[in-house]
Amino acid sequence: MSKENSYSVIGKPRRRVDGADKVTGQTCFADDIMLPRMLHCKLLRSHVPHALIRSIDTRKAERHPGVKLVLTGRDFPNEYGILPVSQDEQPLCREKVRFVGDPVAAVIARDEFVAEEALELIRVEYEPLDTISDPVEALKQEPARLHDYSEEGNIHKRLSYEFGDVEESLANSAHVFEDIFFFEGNTHLPLEQHAAVGVPEAEGRVTLWSSTQCPHYVHRAVAKALDLPMAHVRVIATPNGGGFGGKTDPFNHEIVVARAALMLGRPIKICLNREEVFYCHRGRHPVLMKFRTGVDVNGALTAMHLQTLLDGGAYGSYGVASAFYTAVLQPVTYHLPRYAFDACRVFTNKPPCGPKRGHGTVQPRFGQEVQLDKIADRLKIDPAELRLNMVEKPGALTANYLKIGSIGLAECINRVTERSGWKDKYRKLPSGRGVGLACSSYLTGAGNSIYWNAMPHSGVQLKLDRSGRVTVFCGATEIGQGSDDVLVATVAEILGIDPLDIRCVTGDTDLTPVDLGSYSSRVTLMMGNAAIQAAERARDLIAQAAAQKFGADAEVIEFAGGRVFNTGRPEQEMPFQEAVVCAEEIYGSLGTTGSYTPAPPPGKYKGGGVGPSPAYSYTAAVVEVEIDTASGWITVPRVYIAHDLGRTMNPVLARGQVEGSVYMGLGEALMEESAFRRLPARLSGALVHREPSMLEYKSPTSTDMPEVITDLIEYPDDNGPFGAKEAGQGPLLPVIPALANAVYDAVGVRIDEVPITAEKILQALDSKARGGSGRVGPAKFPELEWPEPYRVPPPWEGGDGNAVNKPQRKRAAKMHDMDRFRKVTAS
Amino acid sequence: MMRLPRFHYYRPRDIREAALVLAGEENAMVIAGGTDLLPNMKRRQQTPRTLVALRHLDELKRVTNGSGLVIGAGVTLTDLVQDRGIKSAYRGLWQAAAQVATPHLRNMGTLGGNICLDTRCNYYDQNHEWRKAIDFCMKKDGAICWVSTGSKTCLATSSTDTAPALVSLGAEVELETAHGQRTIPLHELYRDDGIHYLTRSNEEILTRIILPDGAGTRSVYWKLRRRGSFDFPVLSVAAAIRFGAGGAVDEARIVLGAVASQPVLCDSASEFLNDRSLTDEVIEEAAALCARAAKPVKNTDFSPHWRKRAVARLAAYALQELRGDDMRATREKIARQAL
Repeated sequence: MSKENSYSVIGKPRRRVDGADKVTGQTCFADDIMLPRMLHCKLLRSHVPHALIRSIDTRKAERHPGVKLVLTGRDFPNEYGILPVSQDEQPLCREKVRFVGDPVAAVIARDEFVAEEALELIRVEYEPLDTISDPVEALKQEPARLHDYSEEGNIHKRLSYEFGDVEESLANSAHVFEDIFFFEGNTHLPLEQHAAVGVPEAEGRVTLWSSTQCPHYVHRAVAKALDLPMAHVRVIATPNGGGFGGKTDPFNHEIVVARAALMLGRPIKICLNREEVFYCHRGRHPVLMKFRTGVDVNGALTAMHLQTLLDGGAYGSYGVASAFYTAVLQPVTYHLPRYAFDACRVFTNKPPCGPKRGHGTVQPRFGQEVQLDKIADRLKIDPAELRLNMVEKPGALTANYLKIGSIGLAECINRVTERSGWKDKYRKLPSGRGVGLACSSYLTGAGNSIYWNAMPHSGVQLKLDRSGRVTVFCGATEIGQGSDDVLVATVAEILGIDPLDIRCVTGDTDLTPVDLGSYSSRVTLMMGNAAIQAAERARDLIAQAAAQKFGADAEVIEFAGGRVFNTGRPEQEMPFQEAVVCAEEIYGSLGTTGSYTPAPPPGKYKGGGVGPSPAYSYTAAVVEVEIDTASGWITVPRVYIAHDLGRTMNPVLARGQVEGSVYMGLGEALMEESAFRRLPARLSGALVHREPSMLEYKSPTSTDMPEVITDLIEYPDDNGPFGAKEAGQGPLLPVIPALANAVYDAVGVRIDEVPITAEKILQALDSKARGGSGRVGPAKFPELEWPEPYRVPPPWEGGDGNAVNKPQRKRAAKMHDMDRFRKVTAS
Repeated sequence: MMRLPRFHYYRPRDIREAALVLAGEENAMVIAGGTDLLPNMKRRQQTPRTLVALRHLDELKRVTNGSGLVIGAGVTLTDLVQDRGIKSAYRGLWQAAAQVATPHLRNMGTLGGNICLDTRCNYYDQNHEWRKAIDFCMKKDGAICWVSTGSKTCLATSSTDTAPALVSLGAEVELETAHGQRTIPLHELYRDDGIHYLTRSNEEILTRIILPDGAGTRSVYWKLRRRGSFDFPVLSVAAAIRFGAGGAVDEARIVLGAVASQPVLCDSASEFLNDRSLTDEVIEEAAALCARAAKPVKNTDFSPHWRKRAVARLAAYALQELRGDDMRATREKIARQAL
């Protein structure tokens, strides 16, 4: 029997380890925490989009009965932010507010109601500034600047890279396609609203419970923002009621309650309401994209030049990484001989954008896959054939130096086309019905931490004792994706015991080894590898002890079914618990550790750190649509999806991740948009989120969900635990372009922007009926001055991963140098 | 979460006592299911000093047969949907009630509450902080209508599902005060004014909905919204037709929802249908007349242009269903459920 079929836990459908607690209401979310003497916090948020703060008068609020403390920006010493290069947030705004929803004061009171009453009593005097509502405005030189550290005006960051002479390849290509796409911003919409509780501890230390995906990064930010030693701050991530990237930044409310707890010596709780969650945002960036793509006569890619323009909102957040991600993964799916990209992120007076499921890669994947559909259409090649002919090879090193491991994309394409009856449907269905295909790939964990360091990305500790119980400690965070289950299953597999005999302790910076957090689809791979190492070390100790007992060699000792055997003499066996007792007798108290650090990436050029991953997942999807041509009304009856996840850890959870991605993808494709409303300046000057509510921000309901036919494809990757790759983000990507392509198949119109609504389809149908283009989408990409690109020859053109030039970069301020930053903001 | 403001809560023994409290208290409002009022109070759109509860009053929960049907205003939408008699005799009403909000909200929400539903507008249905950011609007705390800054009246949209269906069925409503009661045709309860959208005085309690005998009348309700649940209508078509011998229309009544501050009676379309058989051509003509009556404004989901274009399509679906066409597949696509 091959090793891959012999797993006893891995790959078996199991009830998730935290399932019973969740369905019976036992799980303790952040809002469930109730402590003696606990007080409640509410934040006063700016109702103006961009203004200097002239004064804040809190005296009446302080005197309001039941109010214990009122804080303003002056109570906080330092800036913070998730990326070292964007330390641009303040727990409460000091000099300036940058969007409607930016917090300026906090009230801590007996209860939420009293705190809300007191907010009304705070008087803030604002001096309004010009307001920037979109990238076109941001690119103008005149308007007020949001941040002094931006590259130029309101341009936060520009990137420019060239991997081979793209212009030459385009000039020599059989065909060159130029297309412009727009992807509207949207948000995560987790059911659980963010909540946090700050608890004072003895000797000036503080504990923060929070619904965060990244306790380690919050730990760093709280310590920095409050000038506390990290050793005096403990962050505990509560199970998240959904994250999707919306809880990966450190947030102002977390720092505020930690500070207030220290000042008052009492626990302080804050629970955001839904509007406030929309203001925390960090959701999908609105991105305008321009693709210039060359193909040969068979439609195979020869070169691509991609330009992206990101509307970043009011703060940096992960934005520099987001900008990279709008470009770096294009070469991972199909072989791309030469590639160049330019990306620009601007600041606007809106809630900050950041990482949402598929971080930055979703928008260009939409553009690329729709453009491929256009190429196939023009060249009269079946879109599935077009793609199958150029699927990247396993083990390849891409033009931009991303090292790929296993690739199951061809099988994914074959599976969805077979299942959907693609050959009988594509271009063959009656008008109004259509099918569309698209593919994608995604990271299994970012190859680099958000701050530079050479330490492990994930650590796992095991404690074993005579009870037979194994406790596994890891800093990873359960956000509903099933990371606790992966952790337990991995240890159970190696030690041959029942998952129920394992307790896991996760996401607690005092108790658990550092794990960077639940983002970038990194947990299964990184935590899994660390857990394997810790569990194998424990297994080796126990095997030694058992071997001694049996009078055998440790090599012949096996673990299975909760027992420990001598494989040479099967009658020699004992329960796992007895074997642990033997080990404890010999070695004393038992504990092991494991850790995982990704290999350094092959790309050594500056910026080459974004994009590398230990493994890439692959997905293909076919979406069916039905469209009423009189109204544009669109219905999705079925979605076929196949996802190469390397190895299935637990098929129940993996399917949940894939189908949940389909659901979220459909929401983005069909209806979700973070739209803003700007009222006429002469009447109001308001710039507000159009619908910060669960009712009017449209996200599909269960009634809108189609039938989903899911296939899990296993192409194990050498870097993955048991070969596993990610499943939580990648499957979202192909759904959106596949739907757009299906619309074209159904009614012959191109909707080159997301969301694809009945209104836009009808508009395109009208245009087609009048003899127009039958297209709805952006008309042009603004003229932008790009910096000199880093020129990195691809591996097959003699490149070694280094840039061959040294472009000069303008720098307004180095953000990791905080003293300099403060001087800049003060000037 | 957003917190409710402070208020007094009365739990009267009967309607008469409720009416007395309502007449005697300053700034008092009635509350039945609370599914509309309580979120509005959290957003400070309404800040009554006193709430007078009706939900527990048995006399408001009765459904009684007479020459037609009398439905108590306190009957929940779930109870209404589970009433087989209503489903067969007043199908349009049943289809409307079955599409209100979500199952959970229908469990709490009442028919009377849905009839009196506050008009809606996406400049108004926002929390206090948001409305402060746009400097409020004339419906609450402000002076201007942001939908149309030149408008003298509020353009908030009538978003009730059951009212268009009930108006198409010729329903009357009974209003009771401490001093007496009056019965009026339901369409007279409404006014095309987003603020003063009801002709009901604040002292009046809507107690009963009276439907004429449904025998011989067929009715339907088609609702358009982005999703199959939760959403208020962006457009709805209620139609009721009594067919004469030979299949021609004896009497028709078509009512549009969510295109004005009140349900809109399409008299020209209704009259056009009289004595005609529902051929494809007749349906198309009547549907076009309906579209002319609709004047949606930009304050709901979807653009007013698209909503206006959709009227004829939805009206045609309604008439086709009344003709007896099998519309189940189309229903499934529009409503995301069988109705």
